[in-house]
Amino acid sequence: MRSLANFTVMTTPSHPFAPHTEETPGSGGNAAKISVSHLNFFYGAKQALHDISLKVAQNKVTALIGPSGCGKTTFLRTLNRMYETVPRARAEGEVLLDGEDVLTMEAARLRRRVGMVFQRSNPFPKTIFDNVAYGLRINGWDQSRKLHELVEASLRRAALWDEVKDQLHKSAYALSGGQQQRLCIARALAIDPEVLLLDEPCSALDPIATGKIEELLFELKDQCTLVIVTHNMQQAARVADETGFFLMGRLIEFNVTKIIFQTPAKKETEDYITGRFG
Amino acid sequence: MPAYQTSLTQIARRRTHAGKFLERLRSGDEIAHMVTLAFAASVLLITFLLVVELGRHSAASWHEFGWRFLVTSVWDPVFGEFGALPFIYGTVVTSAVALIIAVPIGVGAAIFLAELAPPLLSISLTFVIELLAAVPSVVYGLLGIFVLVPLLRSYVEPFLQSTLGFLPFFQGPAYGVGFLAAGVVLAIMVLPFIISISREALLAVPMEQREGALALGSTRWEATWDVVAPYARTGILGSIFLALARALGETMAVTMVIGNDPKISSSLFAPGYTIAAVIANEFTEATDDLYLSALVELGLVLFLVTIIINALARLMILATTRRGTEHP
Repeated sequence: MRSLANFTVMTTPSHPFAPHTEETPGSGGNAAKISVSHLNFFYGAKQALHDISLKVAQNKVTALIGPSGCGKTTFLRTLNRMYETVPRARAEGEVLLDGEDVLTMEAARLRRRVGMVFQRSNPFPKTIFDNVAYGLRINGWDQSRKLHELVEASLRRAALWDEVKDQLHKSAYALSGGQQQRLCIARALAIDPEVLLLDEPCSALDPIATGKIEELLFELKDQCTLVIVTHNMQQAARVADETGFFLMGRLIEFNVTKIIFQTPAKKETEDYITGRFG
Repeated sequence: MPAYQTSLTQIARRRTHAGKFLERLRSGDEIAHMVTLAFAASVLLITFLLVVELGRHSAASWHEFGWRFLVTSVWDPVFGEFGALPFIYGTVVTSAVALIIAVPIGVGAAIFLAELAPPLLSISLTFVIELLAAVPSVVYGLLGIFVLVPLLRSYVEPFLQSTLGFLPFFQGPAYGVGFLAAGVVLAIMVLPFIISISREALLAVPMEQREGALALGSTRWEATWDVVAPYARTGILGSIFLALARALGETMAVTMVIGNDPKISSSLFAPGYTIAAVIANEFTEATDDLYLSALVELGLVLFLVTIIINALARLMILATTRRGTEHP
């Protein structure tokens, strides 16, 4: 385990007015699940992230906010190396998951530990059951009884079981948008990831479906560490324990959510939160 | 009337013209609807006329032989005996051989080009493959005669006979020309269609599908095979249908390598004949009405065979499509 002493925002020197209470990030007995230091990210020659350092606390919800194109999604996609689907994208720096180097780990093994839910729900052209079972099957679960139990458990964890238990063998596309997104969460949860990354998971959903997913996030954080990218600041304020504000590829400020929203240390953060730009 | 007044009325008239024009533009949807409907209907009309004309010109043969035409296998213009079975058999067998060879190679190549190859390599290879589709069939026929047939006769067929000779398909003398040669030439000819269209279908699969699979810890191959290929299956199957239609109707190249012998033989090494080939070969010699009528009826039969095989293939797909695999 890396030292937790340097737990505050690393890119930003401590602001004199930022209160250092027990609520400061990484404290309160919570170990850093992921620690990123001096991460630079490039799409070809274009630099998308500049010297990002932060620690994601275990069993907490960490939200990343900022205007479009600020790099928050790119940052999220370095945590499970999903950026590798983009040609000529590369990350430099250090990203550690429980002390293991994320950038050199075998990608499939990393992604079994760090799950992801996408902006647009992307169920596979399979049945509801097979969608959830997919991750289990490729990881070697094939005894059907155990498989069935795990699928049910995952659907329950995603608060979808009661709605779909009678139509498990129907197409996943028969579900509503919100249900599809919860199906994708169930699918990601099935292989029991240690970290779940969510890339604007509610941006295509109505307020009721959004509410269900936010409720779900509260319940999930007992079981895993959550990192959520969101455009919606109220959402960050509602669900996140800690929040990072990105702007133009830099992490401007990272702190306990309450502090970010009530007494931000940086003017840019304050401007963004009060709606002066973005 | 002073000149300026004239010009004013002209302007006014132009205005009303413009107004009417705008009105017409607003009803443009209807016009577009009618025009496109007419175009679509013309395709149906052509098909209908085709069948009617084929039916009209084959009436003599139909009166003479009836359903017997489809199930007898004697083709003897001298005695006026005409049976279509060997030609139907030859058409179906050569197309089947072509698809058995071309589908795995074509879909495999498409997967490589769409999912695994570096973009530059993929684009240049696809260009070459699409060039292959533009090569005239007579050229494929020539290559078949001078390259493929000797190769089959001296190497491939003896080898198949020594290894798989217990199967009825690989018995008897190796002539070179025959069902196998025709099937292989057809396979080469339909490959570009399968590859090119399947590749497009695979490239059209949303990135989220790939990423969804990768995010669960799939390898690239697992993501391709379990998620991307099933998503693209409609397009891939479409490419196979197109290839099948092409194979069933291909005339020139097949005529050049099949041996042109109206016999039904279980061995793929034996010479045979297809519907398209016999029409092309014999219609210049068809002097009497019954002979000509029999050839036209063969054309009708080819049309029906194509429709039936396509319908069967579609039914088979509907029956084997597992629920949940369809996508919007």
